[in-house]
Amino acid sequence: MRSILAVVNVLGSLLALFAAFYLLPVVTALIYGETSELWNYLQCAGITLGFGLALLLLTRAHRTELKPRDGYLLVSLSWLFVTAAAALPLMRGVPHLSFTDACFEAMSGLSTTGSTVINGLDNLPHAVNLWRHALHWLGGMGIIVLAVAILPLLGVGGMQMYRAETPGPVKDAKLTPRITETAKALWLVYTGISAACIGSLILAGMSPFDAICHGFSAMSLGGFSTHDTSVAYFHSQAIETVLMIFMVIAAVNFSTHYVVLRRGDLGTYKRDPEARWVVIWLAVSILILTLVVHHAGQYESYGDTIRHVAFMTISIATTTGFVTADYSYWPMFASMWMLFLTCVIPCTGSTGGGIKMFRALILIKQFFREMFVLVHPQAVAPLRIGGQVVPSRIAFSVLAFIFVYFMSIVVMTFAQLLTGMDFVSAFTATVSSINNTGPGLGQVGPAHNYADLSDVQTWICTLAMFLGRIELFTFLVLFSPTFWRK
Amino acid sequence: MKVLILGAGQVGRTAAWHLAREPDNEVTVVDTDEDILRDLQGRIDVRTVAGNASYPAILEAAGIADTDILVALTSSDEVNMVACEIASALYRTPTKIARIRAPEYTRQDRLFAPGALAVDVWISPEQLVTEYIERLIQHPGALQIVDFADGKVRLVGMLARKGGLLVGQQLRTLRDHMPNADARIAAIYRKGRFVPPEGETAIEEGDEIFFVAARDNITRMMGEITRAEERVRKVLIAGGGNIGFRLAQALEKQYQVKLIERDPQRARRVAERLQATIVLQGDAQDEELLIEENVDSTDVFAAVTNSEEANVLSAMLAKRLGARKVLALINRPTYGDLMENRMIDITVSPQTVFIGTLLEHVRKGDVVRVHSLRSGSAEALETVVHGLQERSRVVGRRIEEINLPAGASIVAIVRAENVLIAHHDTRIEPEDHVIMFLADRRQVDAVQRLFHSE
Repeated sequence: MRSILAVVNVLGSLLALFAAFYLLPVVTALIYGETSELWNYLQCAGITLGFGLALLLLTRAHRTELKPRDGYLLVSLSWLFVTAAAALPLMRGVPHLSFTDACFEAMSGLSTTGSTVINGLDNLPHAVNLWRHALHWLGGMGIIVLAVAILPLLGVGGMQMYRAETPGPVKDAKLTPRITETAKALWLVYTGISAACIGSLILAGMSPFDAICHGFSAMSLGGFSTHDTSVAYFHSQAIETVLMIFMVIAAVNFSTHYVVLRRGDLGTYKRDPEARWVVIWLAVSILILTLVVHHAGQYESYGDTIRHVAFMTISIATTTGFVTADYSYWPMFASMWMLFLTCVIPCTGSTGGGIKMFRALILIKQFFREMFVLVHPQAVAPLRIGGQVVPSRIAFSVLAFIFVYFMSIVVMTFAQLLTGMDFVSAFTATVSSINNTGPGLGQVGPAHNYADLSDVQTWICTLAMFLGRIELFTFLVLFSPTFWRK
Repeated sequence: MKVLILGAGQVGRTAAWHLAREPDNEVTVVDTDEDILRDLQGRIDVRTVAGNASYPAILEAAGIADTDILVALTSSDEVNMVACEIASALYRTPTKIARIRAPEYTRQDRLFAPGALAVDVWISPEQLVTEYIERLIQHPGALQIVDFADGKVRLVGMLARKGGLLVGQQLRTLRDHMPNADARIAAIYRKGRFVPPEGETAIEEGDEIFFVAARDNITRMMGEITRAEERVRKVLIAGGGNIGFRLAQALEKQYQVKLIERDPQRARRVAERLQATIVLQGDAQDEELLIEENVDSTDVFAAVTNSEEANVLSAMLAKRLGARKVLALINRPTYGDLMENRMIDITVSPQTVFIGTLLEHVRKGDVVRVHSLRSGSAEALETVVHGLQERSRVVGRRIEEINLPAGASIVAIVRAENVLIAHHDTRIEPEDHVIMFLADRRQVDAVQRLFHSE
């Protein structure tokens, strides 16, 4: 019980920190003169801050260093509470938005999924739209990582939390000797590249407000847009190109970006096996899908086909979910292939979701290793990714992860079927949510959104997004008896 | 010359033996193990001092103050380096040679530059042996290949076999076979005895032949002596120690390499550091493992474990199971003589490979390269010619005019960048690199005196 109170104490400070983020919509509301939104966000900030401080003060006697296992509880709890806090202004600000839908929207934002239940995005107050995109940007690198970077009180326990929140199988690599410095470095790189993205979007012809929103959305591989028709609204090759470039950048491990910026050596990308394979997979997929889609006669010219296929493939594969074309009319092969890519493309330590390229590579290598060992029973064959040996402990944990990942998809797909959803919608909504992508097919296809789903269906998707973002185990471990045993 | 050897391990003892049998040298050996030292003193004429080789007091007792060459050959790289540093700092010893095995050190060129570590020359026996075996694998059929003049000239030892164009022919017919490619037979050993290679001498099957040629002509010349062998594709290495690991590392890009290591932990470490090699954990003397890994289609089986007995046995087994060529690392030269040409095709003695490099620095005059051959009874050396025509007995003379001792012959000359294969009328010029074959090592002194002007 004492350790739970210690966790609640840190949670209090996290919420207080999160309250500072309300300043973004507050400022926006001031600029655009949206008075009701101004009050709404100020009040929500006050509520969140007050609640956070109350938690902090009530449990201050129990402030201690967090133990490794506390990290899991803290991360899970903080994601739930922050989501609730983020949903608060949405519920109050957007007309007719139920509690369920507000939670979905907030989770979709924070988990960088980018599915929306709001119709008429173009008419939303600027403050609300900015809030949605700010949630993306915050959730992309992770609120805990941010907390570790700027809240000194987390101390040694920071590493545990950092490990529990950052995606990917290998989390021991610190960029700098101190975890605080590592977290700072990551956020700095993230902020820097985001600024570059926003600048490029303005140059490509977006209004500053749209550029900021879409920059947040692209860098976090989220997928929210300020328009119902998403990126198709702009009809601009330049904007699409800029977005494609930054989506691929955001799909690469930010530690690699950090090393490149630090040493000024672009060869680091080539040496990063994940980054290399991301580019190869994307290039090959775009090539094949272009042929497939063109063959189906979807577009007049090859130019149009390439433009839409390249954008949609990168958007879906990197788990962003921007839309320029309704791919539900493409051959099933193309849309399913993109859904497959969305599971594997983003790298460890990127802002994307899914299995992660590193795990996919481990699985492929493990497959070849099994075959090799069948032929040479006495061979000593270490698993190697890009020349680095991967300990078998990690290979096993990847296998366990994959099992839980697919089982989660199966269970949640069945749950959706039980609510009466059709199979294609149920399956693609689950895959899309657990990978934090956004659009699926059928009822949740690129031309629709999640507004038509029933409350139960919405909650299942919310859960899938949450599980996908914190990579299943961080949350599932809370349900194991050993976790609670003293 | 006063030589101080640190460490009386296998390498140290061999060095002491080779150096002490040259009458000019006074050798002192330092080691911590008194029993080994007592035994050593009983066998060869050296002084011994017991103690830690890097302590100044021990070095002092061993006479470091007036030592000309310090040779640090203990099993520890660090002790060797420290000993050289101390010799340099306290006693200004002119030449300091250290055995340094770890590539982590030797890879750093600047570490051994003047002004950095006080090691004038580093020797890595493992690396020398690896390079030596690598050369043998590149030229299947050769028993021995040694480099001169930075590899421009090579001396190759091999057996004459049926199918070689020159077998059964007199040596002077070589010109007819190879009008352009210049090469020269340096020595013939028939049933273990030296036969002077004259124009009329005929090569018989089973003769052991040494020839010199420019590097590019080696393959053609080998075809003169034996039927051309197929290129090596598959290599099986027994033993994942320092030599086995380095060998696999050097070969894995060009050949299909498998490596067998008995110790599971070592096997794992080796597997993690090699990229393309298939590392197998098991016993190289395990018949079933060898069969399972297709030893019968292996081109070269190289047994390079620490234990020479295991090397002999596994190499013989591999030969029986159908490996095309088997090679064994054998420390004792006599063992090598016993085995070579019978069940084992090639024996490699790390000591013989390494000792030449050491001798280069001990020899007087301008000797730049020494290779010990036929378990140390013969020698090939490369020396730079200096001096004026009036005073020297070599410079400006034709080879036939030079009064070389019996069994010694000039076989090749490297002038600037050009390789000249020696003929009776080739004239020696100053700054030539002269490559000589000495059938009897004891003539080294006479030869050195000949080349040493004044």
